[in-house]
Amino acid sequence: MKSNKVLDAKGLACPMPVVRARKVMKEMETGEVLEILATDKGSVADLAAWSKSGGHDLVKHTEEAGVFTFWIQKG
Amino acid sequence: MTVQPMTASTIAKKVVNQEPFFILDVRNEDAFVDWKIEGDNIQHLNIPYFDLLDGVEEIMGQLPTDQDIVVVCAKEGSSIMVGEMIAEEGRTVHYLQGGMKAWSEHLEPVKIGDLKDGGELYQFVRIGKGCLSYMIVSNGEAAIVDATRMTDVFIDFAKMLDVKITHILDTHLHADHISGGRKIAEAVNGTYWLPPKDAGEVLFAYESLEEGRTITIGNTTIAIQPLYTPGHTIGSTSFIVDDTYLLSGDILFIDSIGRPDLAGLAEDWVGDLRESLYKRYKELSAELIVLPAHFMIIEEFNSDGSVSGKLGTLFAENHGLNIESEVEFREMVTGNLPPQPNAYQQIRETNMGKITPDEETQREMEIGPNRCAVR
Repeated sequence: MKSNKVLDAKGLACPMPVVRARKVMKEMETGEVLEILATDKGSVADLAAWSKSGGHDLVKHTEEAGVFTFWIQKG
Repeated sequence: MTVQPMTASTIAKKVVNQEPFFILDVRNEDAFVDWKIEGDNIQHLNIPYFDLLDGVEEIMGQLPTDQDIVVVCAKEGSSIMVGEMIAEEGRTVHYLQGGMKAWSEHLEPVKIGDLKDGGELYQFVRIGKGCLSYMIVSNGEAAIVDATRMTDVFIDFAKMLDVKITHILDTHLHADHISGGRKIAEAVNGTYWLPPKDAGEVLFAYESLEEGRTITIGNTTIAIQPLYTPGHTIGSTSFIVDDTYLLSGDILFIDSIGRPDLAGLAEDWVGDLRESLYKRYKELSAELIVLPAHFMIIEEFNSDGSVSGKLGTLFAENHGLNIESEVEFREMVTGNLPPQPNAYQQIRETNMGKITPDEETQREMEIGPNRCAVR
């Protein structure tokens, strides 16, 4: 899937994946897609809930070899 | 001012003592609704940490000034962050050290009583998950019943008492938490006992818990008499210890009874459950002290932090023991079941030795309440 920016949050524990994602997202335009890589299992539920709370759209997420990848479209 | 840690042990004592305090739970809403720290005098406020990243000014008015405030999250990271923000506003605030993970894993040992020959019986209260384990001690030896995954706690406690763990028993194949029985047995070279009817698919060696096979601890008069009481599972077995205590597993709790469906056979087992509770238990002495494998609500605690009750009292007061009509009983235990425990199939497979998840995965599998009872 295409993304406008990639955030590598691998190895970061909660709350940092969401804190970083929020910071990057602030600088992006509505409709642009942020791709986030994370290894913290808690980030799956948290990024979904954060997207919803912030009006963003979690378009897709995958897991491969312990790495979670999220594509979130800015709302 | 900085945010101060508060241990799960301290919070457990507050809950048991029914002290009032305030919890700001910063996990997301789903996690909070599913499972939280509960107590009679706890006030909760749930605001996910990601909604507080711009500051906590807006919620300061909702935080009490006359109670301890504890910020809680899954593993502690977010609660420290939010706690620091609150501390910067000039307030005294704590965070739960280790988060809900630590809360789920905390075990508090409570002495239940002395045995006739000088031995002792201890209950291990896993307050965050509602699980109860037991250690029976006599003459330098110990048996453990329904051990949890935190095996070090039991092994260290036995060391502290200077006793050798010789027997490890599970009342049934658990579906809500991962048993520490096999791991302890391997560590101390003890014998691991399981009811054979629950162990049909088990992939390791065990001793069969059957009626008539009395287990002796410390070579004294203390006996653990297995009593076959199916219903929660087909193999569920209770133990009578020292003619005084009835370890009832997940068949009978203080204020509720076991659910028969966690192995997918509710309709088949409901008759067994009724027979165990209404016939087999009824024939026992009303003076026996019931020690279950779970509690559900804080009201089930005694003032010393233990969970127990006389069998006679339970027959008088426990709703699940007072349903005269078999049809109504069947309807209650099969018709209105709570959701099943988190990952219960994987937990069963782990307890059978079919899968061996790493520690972090085991922890995740156990997150949430136990949900083994129907009320």
